[in-house]
Amino acid sequence: MSYIPNTETDRAAMLQKIGVESVDELFRDIPQALRYPDLRLPQPASELEVLRELAEISEYNLDLAHFPCFLGAGAYRHFVPSIVGHIIGRSEFYTAYTPYQPEISQGTLQTIFEYQSMICALTGMDVSNASHYDGATALAEAVLMAVSVGRGKRRKVVISAGVHPEYREVIRTYTQGMELTIAGEELAPLDATALAKLVDANTACVIVQNPSFLGYMCGLPALRTLAEATHTAGALLVVSADPISLGLFAPPAEYGADITCGEGQALGGGLNFGGPYLGYFACKQAYVHKMAGRIIGQTVDRQGRLGLVLTLSAREQHIRREKATSNICSNEALMALAAAVYLGALGKNGLRKVAELCYHKAHYAARELSAIPSFTLLSDQTFFKEFALKCPAPVDEINDYLLEEWNIIGGYDLGRDYPDLEDTMLLCVTEMNTKEEIDTLVEALRSMEESL
Amino acid sequence: MVQHLKDRRYLATHEWVKLDGEEAVAGISDYAQHELSDVVYVELPEVGDSFAQGDTMATVESVKAASDVYMPMSGEILEVNKALEDSPQLVNEDPFGQGWFIRFRPSAPQEYDALLDAEAYEKLCQEEAEKGG
Repeated sequence: MSYIPNTETDRAAMLQKIGVESVDELFRDIPQALRYPDLRLPQPASELEVLRELAEISEYNLDLAHFPCFLGAGAYRHFVPSIVGHIIGRSEFYTAYTPYQPEISQGTLQTIFEYQSMICALTGMDVSNASHYDGATALAEAVLMAVSVGRGKRRKVVISAGVHPEYREVIRTYTQGMELTIAGEELAPLDATALAKLVDANTACVIVQNPSFLGYMCGLPALRTLAEATHTAGALLVVSADPISLGLFAPPAEYGADITCGEGQALGGGLNFGGPYLGYFACKQAYVHKMAGRIIGQTVDRQGRLGLVLTLSAREQHIRREKATSNICSNEALMALAAAVYLGALGKNGLRKVAELCYHKAHYAARELSAIPSFTLLSDQTFFKEFALKCPAPVDEINDYLLEEWNIIGGYDLGRDYPDLEDTMLLCVTEMNTKEEIDTLVEALRSMEESL
Repeated sequence: MVQHLKDRRYLATHEWVKLDGEEAVAGISDYAQHELSDVVYVELPEVGDSFAQGDTMATVESVKAASDVYMPMSGEILEVNKALEDSPQLVNEDPFGQGWFIRFRPSAPQEYDALLDAEAYEKLCQEEAEKGG
């Protein structure tokens, strides 16, 4: 069966038009031996056979429905209400790319507008854009924006070592060639006071992650002092925050953030073998002209009817071009929609409940785990859903043991990114982890400790 | 009716500059604001910045374009029009008065003499309009 729609006559006409005798002549430059290589494919199989084979292969994967998981470190397993899949699976949303003729797509614009409104409510910021690719690129955009707000004269970026190590890498990649100085990563990840001392008149922004990569919350007084030092120097305070934590803890606006951004995967995105993710991004009104990406605004037409538009688009690449803060004007529309549906389905109280469950379960886990001899908590600081546990053996060995003997997916090896934190495991507990799972983890580590 | 005030000089890029003793004030012309249509944002330089004649000193955004605004004469910025932050429409309403952009100290006052006078500038605007802007 041929899938080529043109006829022999069509092909003859095309060949004649371009002055070639035959199709073979078109491929004359490709060596004979390479033209029809032997692909060594297996025998053809029926759809049923192929599905069976693929199902067999997929069973090699560990399935989070069957394996308790305590791994977080930037990608989180939270409950995704069924309505999220149903809404984002609708063909009107699922197939549409960023609208290039935006105002005709009122429905799409409305979902983005509502997403933006919810992000503002969550972060306390004045204005949100339509989203970025992921938390790392959103944070890198914050750096570009801060440099732009400083009119390119401020060339130093102060960044806490508590920021996700991969995000810091992405910031380096994004800003290479810009000749920025990046400072602060050598300091202890939780030391806001030491960070404040690095801020000077050349500083474009100060970046903290709260909760930090290690899971700990920075105290409000320390953050306010940092914000004050940052603003006194004329720089911007950028906060990368887990949006689920904002259901329980103070929004970054409350302690002086100028830009709040981060990874929105936790908001209805699920864990999908690496993506798609969602970079949320919001800032104070004063800086909106320097914000990358698109913003949807609500207005009325001449007859007073509600309408949604792309607003302030002079900031964007398509009008400002080389003057734009960033060349990114795409957004992660489908995942932004998922986040909006997720937040809408949970509501204010639901989100708080999710955050509380994470908090209490994580604290139960931390208490039980640190009661095992030779396992201790790295810090007694307040944490949200992740905490660092000092272990009596290398983290890799413990994880292998947990997986092989107990079918448990363990935590993240902090020694990979922090040389001082060898044999320290970052564990994540969300509302998805049952008490039984936590108790099994404790039992597993206890039995391992006894066999050491 | 587009105005071309005679008490100041102009650049072919549609900025105006008016001398005031040792200092000077600059903005964009009535013709320029008319061509841009509704101005929504003006990004101004900082006090203390120095520019050479022809450098980009500001950016003006309207509902249909973002344009650079050039320094009419070399000099140091003494004051910027803060009113434009909240009321960018002043550029449309009163481009030669309340819609001014910067006050600066010219470092080469002789540059003024080579600029276009109102008559020459008006002619230039007419030619541009005939060519279709």
